[in-house]
Amino acid sequence: MNFKLIQNIAVSLLLARWRQTLVAAIGVTFSITMFITLLSFMSGLNDLLDGLILNRTPHVRLYKEIKASDFQPIDIQSKKTKQYNFIRSIKPKSERLEIQNSAAIIKNLKSDSRVLGVAPKVTAQVFYNVGVIEITGVINGIDPEAENKLFFFNDYVTEGNFMDLKNIPNSIILGKGAAEKMLAQVGDVVQITSSKGERLSLKVVGFFQSGLQDIDNVQSYASISTTQKLLGESNNYITDLQVKLNDILMAPDVAKEYQRIYEIQAIDIQTANSQFETGSSVRSLISYAVGVTLLIVAGFGIYNILNMMIYEKMDSIAILKAIGFSGKDVNRIFILIALSIGVFGGFLGLLGGFGLSAIIDQIPFNTNSLPTVKTYPINYNPKYYMIGTVFAIITTYLAGYFPSRKASKIDPVIIIRGK
Amino acid sequence: MSQIILEAQGISKSFHDPVTIPVLKNISFSLNKGEFVSVIGKSGCGKSTLLYILSTMDTDYEGNLIIDDVSMQGKDEGELAIVRNEKIGFVFQFHYLLNEFSVLENVMLPGQKLGKYSPKEIQERAYQKLKILGIEKEALKKPNQLSGGQKQRVAIARALINDPLIIMGDEPTGNLDKKNSEIVFDIFKELAENYGQSLLIVTHDNEFASRTQRIIEMQDGSIIRM
Repeated sequence: MNFKLIQNIAVSLLLARWRQTLVAAIGVTFSITMFITLLSFMSGLNDLLDGLILNRTPHVRLYKEIKASDFQPIDIQSKKTKQYNFIRSIKPKSERLEIQNSAAIIKNLKSDSRVLGVAPKVTAQVFYNVGVIEITGVINGIDPEAENKLFFFNDYVTEGNFMDLKNIPNSIILGKGAAEKMLAQVGDVVQITSSKGERLSLKVVGFFQSGLQDIDNVQSYASISTTQKLLGESNNYITDLQVKLNDILMAPDVAKEYQRIYEIQAIDIQTANSQFETGSSVRSLISYAVGVTLLIVAGFGIYNILNMMIYEKMDSIAILKAIGFSGKDVNRIFILIALSIGVFGGFLGLLGGFGLSAIIDQIPFNTNSLPTVKTYPINYNPKYYMIGTVFAIITTYLAGYFPSRKASKIDPVIIIRGK
Repeated sequence: MSQIILEAQGISKSFHDPVTIPVLKNISFSLNKGEFVSVIGKSGCGKSTLLYILSTMDTDYEGNLIIDDVSMQGKDEGELAIVRNEKIGFVFQFHYLLNEFSVLENVMLPGQKLGKYSPKEIQERAYQKLKILGIEKEALKKPNQLSGGQKQRVAIARALINDPLIIMGDEPTGNLDKKNSEIVFDIFKELAENYGQSLLIVTHDNEFASRTQRIIEMQDGSIIRM
C-alpha cells in the first residue's frame, strides 16, 4: 500500500518533468549501448586474435627434445660422496626425434577423461625445389580429420579440400606464401627434398593460410604417411602428440603429469603463449574502463536532474513531510525516480547495444591475413549484458542516493515559513 | 471535565545564529477536545514558531509536548511523521497543493499514507470532505485551475481526511480576500460546532480571533492572555 503510494508520487513527479527525465534516460541508454558494443566488439576481436594462435595450438604438446642428458656417467661414481661435478661441453647423444611407443601413448591419452582429443603429427624439415633454387620449409604430417576436429584445420585451407590429403596419395597443402614463391597452382606437382636428401613429387591439393605470414611462407601440410615416406621412416614414426583438453586451464598440471608418466617433453599452452593472455586482458581492461567511465558520466547526468527536480519540488517535499511522510518515504520516492530512469534507460541500452553489435557484425572486414573472417567480429556474451545491467542500476542508485538524502533532510518548517 | 488533547509544558526555544535570541520563554498551556482556539500576537512574537513546535515539525526546543497523552520527547523523525499523519491536520497561509495531482488525489494523499482504509473508502471519504467544504464539483480538476479560496478549501479538506485530533492553521486566511476569509472562517466554525473538531489557528487578524472560543495572546515569546 505504502509502496504503491510512493510509486504513484514518483511517477507523477517523473511525468511532470518528462523531458529532463528522458534526457537522463537517454544518457544511460547511450552509455549502456556503448558499454555493451565496446565490450562485445573488443572481446570479439580478442577472441579472433587469440583464436589465430590458441585455436591451432594444442593445449598440451608432447614431443621429444634433443638435449644433453641431466644425468652423466660420472654421477654414478660420485653419487654418495660430497663431490660436485663440473662438466663442460656436453653434447646430446645421437637420438631420434621419434616419440617411442607412440601408439600406446595415444591409446592411453584417448582414455583420459580430461582429454578432448589427440592429433598425432610428424614434422619434417624439407626444401621446396623451385627450379634450381631450394627454399627451406617444414612439412607437417597430420591426420586431417583429427586436425580439423581439434584445430579447425579447414578454416585455414583457402583453396581445395583438406580431406584430399587423405584421399589422394602423395598430396600436399602448401602454405600460401610458399605456394606464391613456387608459383604453384592447385593440381600442380611440386618437388620436395627431405633433409636427408630424399626427393619426392607431391601433388598440390590446396592452399593453407593461417594469417601469420611467417608460418605461411614456410609451412605445408601432408598426410602422416606421406611425411613418413618422405623421411624414410616406418609408419609408427610420430614426432608430436597434440592434446586438446576439455578445460584449457588444466593444461599446466596435465602437462607436468604427462611429462612424468611418459618421460617425454610436455609443454602447455599457457607457457607457450603467455603473451596472448596478457594482451587480451589488457584490452578487456581498457574497454571496461571506457565503459564504466561512460556510465559514470551518465550517473552525473541523473544526479544533476534529480538535484534540479528537488529544488523545483522543494514545496511539494515540504508539504509531503508536513502531512505525515517521513524522510525515509521522501528518500524512497527519489531513489525510485533514479532507479526507474536507470532501469528504463538501461533496458533500452541493452537493446541498443545488441542492435549496434549486430550492425557491426554485418560490416565487411576482409583482410588477407584472416581468411576465415568476413565481417567484424562480435562476441555476444550475455555476461556483458549482465554487467551492463548491474552497472546501470548501481550508478543510477548512487546518482540518486545523494540528492534523495538531501530531499529527505529538507526541513519543512523553513520552506513553509519562507513563503 | 473535557479531555485534554494537547499540552505544552514549559516550552522554550532560542535562535542561536548569530547571537542567542530567546523566541519562546517557558510556554505552558493545554488544549481541550473540541476547542476552537486562536493564537494572536504581533509579528515576531513567536506564535508561528510555537505552532511549528506544537505540530512536531520543529524538534529543536526545550520542554515537553504531549499530544493525546503521549509525550513527543525522544521520538524520531519517522515516528513524528506518523503522529502528524494521524493526529494533526494542517492549513497553511499558502495552500501547498501538489499540482501533479488532481484535487481529489491531493485530498486522498494523507489518507493513503495512513493506509487505514481501502483506496475506495479513502476516495469516498475525500468526496465527503470536499462536500462539507462545498467544492466536490472541482474534485477532478488540477489545483492550478482553482481560485485561491477554493484551493484553501481543498487544503482544509486534505487536513480533515484522517479525522485528525486537531487542525492547526498558520494564517490560513492571510492570503485570502475578505469574502474568502469569511468562507474559511465559517468552515472552521462549522467544523468546531457541528463536528466537535479541535482547532488551533495562528492569526494576526484580531477580528477573526475575536470570534473564536478562546484566544491565546502572545508577546515577546510569552503568553500574556489565555
